[in-house]
Amino acid sequence: MVELIEKLQKYFTLPFVQYAMIVGLLIALCSSLLGVTLVLKRFSFIGDGLSHVAFGAMAVAIVAGITNQMLIIMPVTVASAILLLRTGQNTKIKGDAAVAMISVGALALGYMLINIFSKSANVAGDVCSTLFGSTSILTLTKLEVQLCIALAAVVVVLFVLFYNKLFAVTFDESFSKATGVKSDIYNLLIAIVTAVIIVLAMNLVGSLLISALIIFPALSAMRVFKSFLSVIICSAVISVVCAAVGLMVSILMSTPVGATIVSADIAVFFIFWIISLFKRG
Amino acid sequence: MSEREVQISCVGCSLGYEGETVVSDINFEVRAGDYLCILGENGSGKSTLVKALLGLKSPNTGEIRRGGGVGAGEIGYLPQQTVVQRDFPASVREIVQSGCLGKTGLRPFYNAAEKALAAKNMERLGITDLAKRCYRELSGGQQQRVLLARALCAADKILLLDEPVTGLDPKAQLDLYELISKLNKNGITIIMVSHDINAAMMFSSHILHIGGQKQLFFGSKDDYMNSPVGRSFILSEGGEIDG
Repeated sequence: MVELIEKLQKYFTLPFVQYAMIVGLLIALCSSLLGVTLVLKRFSFIGDGLSHVAFGAMAVAIVAGITNQMLIIMPVTVASAILLLRTGQNTKIKGDAAVAMISVGALALGYMLINIFSKSANVAGDVCSTLFGSTSILTLTKLEVQLCIALAAVVVVLFVLFYNKLFAVTFDESFSKATGVKSDIYNLLIAIVTAVIIVLAMNLVGSLLISALIIFPALSAMRVFKSFLSVIICSAVISVVCAAVGLMVSILMSTPVGATIVSADIAVFFIFWIISLFKRG
Repeated sequence: MSEREVQISCVGCSLGYEGETVVSDINFEVRAGDYLCILGENGSGKSTLVKALLGLKSPNTGEIRRGGGVGAGEIGYLPQQTVVQRDFPASVREIVQSGCLGKTGLRPFYNAAEKALAAKNMERLGITDLAKRCYRELSGGQQQRVLLARALCAADKILLLDEPVTGLDPKAQLDLYELISKLNKNGITIIMVSHDINAAMMFSSHILHIGGQKQLFFGSKDDYMNSPVGRSFILSEGGEIDG
């Protein structure tokens, strides 16, 4: 045990480990804040769908040889998010079908593009690391970390300022509209922030596992807590703790970062599920 | 009767989506203290009319006028329950307070006056002791009281209730109707969309009956009971003429 702690202490003196920790915790915090709203609005799959879109956009960026891939990925993902969350009502293709369609479509086209045009020798390896989280969380530059801190701060501030409105729009959109709350604007805000978080989180856990960061903490918290505020707080705590534990374990045992964090989230979900059974019984 | 202010009047309205008319020639008015029941079968355009009354949708032709201190966002609305709400983790207080949101504008949090208003309305509907309870653990009747308290936070002059008793057991239905009736006697105007002809006959003061894409009747309850359309509807729905 002492050995492990010493090993961790040694690792934490390294700047790239510190960066990974900061970025990982911030992403976990942001995704859990939004996760509660997304799960309750029945948009659990939006994370999955959007991350596939981001994957497709990344493929386009790779093929086009654009060095700063964010310039392509971010706008495309934000646009898709707006499209998906807006199609809630009065559309020919229903919400879940739209998400499924865009998600698998982007995945297929992205993979195809990479396969046909990629100059890299290890196509399968590239694709795999994009899907399941690469080691790029450990190769972050200082600028990327600063960008992440800034975006996370914006997300948290927006969330606190609009907390009551988000609650109302999530709980009952028709009532909010009737009392003059501009629910369309808040839905748009949710869509944009979701997209930003997903693009950020791609580095951490990869596009296939982002949904886990969004839904597991929220679902765990909802098992046990009874008010919206306590669910949000608990979900944020779970998510941050799981990300920290996951990152440390993955460093010590050399397991894949994304999968380790998600495993921690799953474990917590089962613990909370059992607690809820005892509380009810 | 003519002394009471007209709060909403609907003049020659036709409503619909994208040029397709759902219901036309709607003419009625609601005065302060009225208890108007909107009757009609499914698909007759009731929910479209509700949206128009709330100001979420403008009529294709005609006009909806608001007066008597009732602005566009000042109708307390009790929507039909959605699936989302049934397992929503929120305390009763959080939900009732959210009724004050229309008043906060760009201010991010509730002020003391709004919190007091929420507390007052919880007291009024007898749910103060439930304030910390979780919404999803309440009975159907209690949930409707919570949503009514929320609606009263949004507007204290006029309430619009969309099928409020759906899914409640008979005892809870009666309780809710009596509560609504009590609010009405305390001076709150009630507009209720309903299937329930018996309750309409028992509690309301006015009836608006729509069907077959048009308005079949508008007037006082007594006139409705003596009108051909009223008589046939009451009989077909198994209600009793003398209510």
